Amino acid sequence: MTSPEMTVERASALSRALGLGRRVITAPTVGPLVALLLAMAFFSVESDRFLQAQNLSLVLQQVMVVGVLAIGQTLVILTAGIDLSCGTVMALGQIVMTKLAVENGVPPLLALLLGIGTCVAFGVLNGGLVTFVGLPAFIVTLGTLNIAFALTHIYSDDMTFSGLPSQLLFFGRTFEIGGADFTYGVVLMLVLYAFFWYVLSQTAWGRHVYAVGDNREAARLTGIKTEWVLLSVYTVAGLTYGIAAMLLVARTELGDPNAGQTTENLDAITAVVLGGTSLFGGRGTVIGTLIGATIVGVFRNGLTLIGVEVIYQYLVTGILVILAVSVDQLTHRRRA
Amino acid sequence: MSIATQERQPIFEARGLVKRYGHVVALNGTDFDLYPGEILAIIGDNGAGKSTLIKALTGALIPDSGHVYLDGNEVHFKTPQDARSAGIETVYQTLAVAPALDIAANMFLGRERRRAGPLGSILRMMDKKGMKEDAGQSMANLGIATVQNMGQAVETLSGGQRQAVAVARAATFATKFVVLDEPTAALGVKETGQVLNLIQQIKGKGLPVILISHNMPNVFEVSDRIHIARLGGCAGVITPKSHTPTEAVAIMTGATTLQKG
Repeated sequence: MTSPEMTVERASALSRALGLGRRVITAPTVGPLVALLLAMAFFSVESDRFLQAQNLSLVLQQVMVVGVLAIGQTLVILTAGIDLSCGTVMALGQIVMTKLAVENGVPPLLALLLGIGTCVAFGVLNGGLVTFVGLPAFIVTLGTLNIAFALTHIYSDDMTFSGLPSQLLFFGRTFEIGGADFTYGVVLMLVLYAFFWYVLSQTAWGRHVYAVGDNREAARLTGIKTEWVLLSVYTVAGLTYGIAAMLLVARTELGDPNAGQTTENLDAITAVVLGGTSLFGGRGTVIGTLIGATIVGVFRNGLTLIGVEVIYQYLVTGILVILAVSVDQLTHRRRA
Repeated sequence: MSIATQERQPIFEARGLVKRYGHVVALNGTDFDLYPGEILAIIGDNGAGKSTLIKALTGALIPDSGHVYLDGNEVHFKTPQDARSAGIETVYQTLAVAPALDIAANMFLGRERRRAGPLGSILRMMDKKGMKEDAGQSMANLGIATVQNMGQAVETLSGGQRQAVAVARAATFATKFVVLDEPTAALGVKETGQVLNLIQQIKGKGLPVILISHNMPNVFEVSDRIHIARLGGCAGVITPKSHTPTEAVAIMTGATTLQKG
């Protein structure tokens, strides 16, 4: 028979243990980092090739596009929103760049700018609808996902554009460090992460992004122009999708209307959530997202190496997202 | 006009404020005075026009007619931001803090300071260290000793401590007066005591306080004068010495009328 004292003792020990675990997982990037190391340990045991320098540089190249998309997605999710349109907006930007450069003879740099500008315009559209019309981000971006998807296929006429001018391929070029190849695109991605880490953690604008996602009404009452913050977040997110489009073009050396529709779109959201950013807004870091994006890249690469079919990778990604969101729900649940 | 009123000029006054919502008259030409260094309570039944009055005074809504004077000069606040720029800080009923941000970040939210030199002017880097130090200083000045670490997330604080952060923020940045809208409504007895203590600390700094409250014992404990709102107007202004809480409730509900003297 259990005495009441023992039960109480056991309960308090349990709650202490839970509290400790909760603190460890909440400590911003520790959880994601442990998950990344576990995944890498698993795949290096299962496959000899995984830890080879050449394979790891391949992982980074695969992470590059999703990683940059996920920066914009992080900003949006920090404001308690979500952007389902990131992948298809990127696809449209990529088609605009390549079609203008290849078919219309537009100077490559101008074509790049117009493609990026298209993505920025979609960011403004998303942000404007969320901010000034007051629609839920989920519905707005579900709508723009379809609009961008349709425009991509209409404008490209379902054609793939190849034979791109060399300026469009710059970020796909590689240089060598210690036997491993790195692309300039990976460098650009890391620079962008450093930049957004700085902006989010060291500037007033970054702090306002967190405040708007955390308690929008409190932010408004302290005099923060919350509409401006939201609109700027979606616009900057559009810009990162444009940059991601540029990297995708450089990596694939193609303008492909079928790019970015499922894999990149879901992977970007998965990267953010795996990186410990809360879907409830106001908590998270881009460094976490970088780790999250790397986890996604490691899973896709590792599962391919050990011979798991692509369709099972979708299965795993789906399970990963739900697991990560569950952890978020349990750790960040609002205190009463 | 008595000598007393000639000597005491209100720091903030309103004359003939009217606000209508369709056929509903929320304010029917009410007057309002706040004198230097006092704690003025506003009490009134639900729907008596307390909130409308305070919103009309702090720019949260624009009255249909009437005049508002700050230090003798007429002001027209169109947004709460206008009132804030004029030195009036308001703490709202709902705990208006960002829970995931730390105490210093909440204290300086919307007023972040940048570092000196090119780091601040070009790179727009915040002066986190300076803001943390100043936040700690403000809290210490107000006698809030229970919270030591300004880097602590607000969500780890108790309800009373969170409200203390909001009140301290208002007290730190107000130059004219502080408005507290039901600051203790969500708090327990002990925490209420802490916030009341804080209100007296603000008065001690020489800042007048407008306290909107339902809680009669609290009102009688801290206020110097009590403005009783009733049916969109003012049923009278009393002091805790001139009337009892029971009489105040009677005036508030219309059971008694106050002879204006």
